[in-house]
Amino acid sequence: MGNKHVNAIVVGAGAGGGIVAKELSVAGLSVVLFERGGWATYDDTDTDELKSQRTTVLGNAYGPDDLRYKRVIENQDGSTYTVLPSEGGYNNNAACVGSGTVSYGAMAWRFMQEDFKLQTTYGSIEGSTLADWPFTYEDLEPCYEKAEWEIGVAGDATQNPFGAPRNKPYPMPPFSHNKEAQLLYDAAKRLGYHPFPIPMLRNSVPYGGRPACIRMRTCCGYACPVNAKCGTQNTVIPIAIATGNCDLRINSVVSEINVNEQGKITGVTYFDEKNRKQTQTADLVVISCSATETARLLLNSKSKFFPNGIGNENDWVGRNLQGHAYTGAYGIFEDEVYDDLGPGASVAISDFNHHNPGIMGGGVLCNEFIRMPYSFTGIRPPGSASWGTDHKAFQRLNFKRVAQAVGPYQEIPSFEARVEVDPVVKDFWGIPVVRLSGSRHAKDIEGCRLMSEKAENWLKEAGAVQTWQSVGGGRGISGGQHQAGTCRMGNDPKTSVTDKYGRIHAVPNLFVADGSLNVNNGGFNPALTIMALGFRVGGYIASEWSKGNRFK
Amino acid sequence: MEKQTKLTRRHFIALSVLGAGGMCLLSRCTNPPLSPWRFITTQESTLLDALVEQIIPTDEWPGGHDAGVTNFIDMQLTGPYTRYQETYRKGLQAIQETCKTKFQKRFEELPFEKQTQFLETMEAGKMEGKLWKNGLDRQFFRLIRDHSLQGFYGSPRHGGNKNNVSYKMMRLDYPVIIGQNRYNN
Repeated sequence: MGNKHVNAIVVGAGAGGGIVAKELSVAGLSVVLFERGGWATYDDTDTDELKSQRTTVLGNAYGPDDLRYKRVIENQDGSTYTVLPSEGGYNNNAACVGSGTVSYGAMAWRFMQEDFKLQTTYGSIEGSTLADWPFTYEDLEPCYEKAEWEIGVAGDATQNPFGAPRNKPYPMPPFSHNKEAQLLYDAAKRLGYHPFPIPMLRNSVPYGGRPACIRMRTCCGYACPVNAKCGTQNTVIPIAIATGNCDLRINSVVSEINVNEQGKITGVTYFDEKNRKQTQTADLVVISCSATETARLLLNSKSKFFPNGIGNENDWVGRNLQGHAYTGAYGIFEDEVYDDLGPGASVAISDFNHHNPGIMGGGVLCNEFIRMPYSFTGIRPPGSASWGTDHKAFQRLNFKRVAQAVGPYQEIPSFEARVEVDPVVKDFWGIPVVRLSGSRHAKDIEGCRLMSEKAENWLKEAGAVQTWQSVGGGRGISGGQHQAGTCRMGNDPKTSVTDKYGRIHAVPNLFVADGSLNVNNGGFNPALTIMALGFRVGGYIASEWSKGNRFK
Repeated sequence: MEKQTKLTRRHFIALSVLGAGGMCLLSRCTNPPLSPWRFITTQESTLLDALVEQIIPTDEWPGGHDAGVTNFIDMQLTGPYTRYQETYRKGLQAIQETCKTKFQKRFEELPFEKQTQFLETMEAGKMEGKLWKNGLDRQFFRLIRDHSLQGFYGSPRHGGNKNNVSYKMMRLDYPVIIGQNRYNN
């Protein structure tokens, strides 16, 4: 009972893969879209804080689960330990149709022009693999626009003078600020900064056949009960399926990319929903499993033609793993700043994304998504009790008085921060698991300190009577939901894994389309950039295909 | 759906406990494991009650004990926290044995302030003796603290936060806002 040969396989139905599947199936290619998880619905875990994608102590709401998945973490001294998906060290992304786009905070950032040419902007940095992208912001701009209009973004770009040039406004008007965000907006104005509404992949008005946001306090880390949050699961993937050309196979885990006796990629091996080992052949394969899992799949695909894994001739697959060092500050206000208008984050300043003296890059600063009660138990000024009567009283007195200004610092790419496969530990299906090692660049913390100082001043100006910094960027493994960088794009095959269209160097019919491609990760949440790359890679394949190119 | 699964699980556990009890009788086991709980023994439950009350003490609002935090921990120890069973068994035993040696009392019989001091010593990693080797004091304290806070501040569906007590205390549900109050019991 073999599977019918198709034109294209896409592995991973997340931000990148969902878009590629749509681009290809609309162009008339037959597509099999593999997803290791199933369809997620709000009612699975609704507002359950302890089993969400933000607080995962009792498990990830939308996977992966603790029973079948694990990873290995390598400490700086070389010792290792195993982590489960519900533990922070796992560096998880959701396993479901839409992946992180079901439950993300949905910030819709375009990277800036500088982000595509960091080496030109900042010069070389010792101990870093800093480089320019093989194309410019202008090359990706049309793809950003597609992402904004096809997935759906609410915002007002005219309020951000630092935003990169664009051809079209956002399709939906921006969200209004809640009380806390308005205080910070006014304070930023007084400080001479340039506050603006965060662009969001969330309906501010009905759009795409789905209703407007109802301002839940649980949003970031949760699915939307009214489907107002825009992900690939409720936009491009249904379009792909409706073409009749896309076969979405859920609960199917791809274990290996297959290579024939001539060294050509022929398809993939996977375990279907009943855990039966199967083969699917195709003319071309696109990997969109996130920076950790995409690297794992390439490294696990060893053959006589690719003894170190596919695309890994020069030991670059899995290198340069980056996420974001989150850094900022907290402030306690005399009056309550909480008005229960979710999801919380709505005001941003981009004044410190670049051109900070002595610092590479920087990052956007925003007010934070609403913290649920258990998360709030960890938010205390330095030296406070972490339990007992005072801790409980703080919870009661200050839950509605605390605001946070925080942002993702653009990490300095480091060759030693990497994804490998573990030589011993295997998952439920017997597939070698991800092994994470290395560390952030030593200089990241300097940029984080600067951003935290700015955040603290901002909160003070907004009226906070007590403030404290939480500085990110310490040594240790990065990655997390913003994981990126492990299959870097570049023009030189010696120092990159794919070409400028995400094609693995020297392999004509194998592509990558996710955050793995990012040469660096911007001072922003990367979801919209991953989507734009999905449109770029998918659009390139579709246009070549229509010209008769079969990628042989 | 959820409730039904829970009942089934409870029945299953009750049955297996009875089964184990029967085996114990045959082998002249001195401590019959009959307990209304899923994992913990009745004796362990009174100790856990005292511990969770230390982490979230009763003030003008109910504390960890009344909020069902012990029930939360017991429930998770046969679910997502099965991996912590051994640490709980060892940790709870270490607390009681240390109290017996030092004070000739069970932990829950000590005055509240003495209990607090005891936990502060655990938190600081300053417990002495073989029972606490390899950092069990700190490690077990962190588990108790984190799990208690989860039980008190998390969704009631997991066995704690009885009657949404922590949400009420934090004035999170009032006034009712349509679309935002979905805390199922």
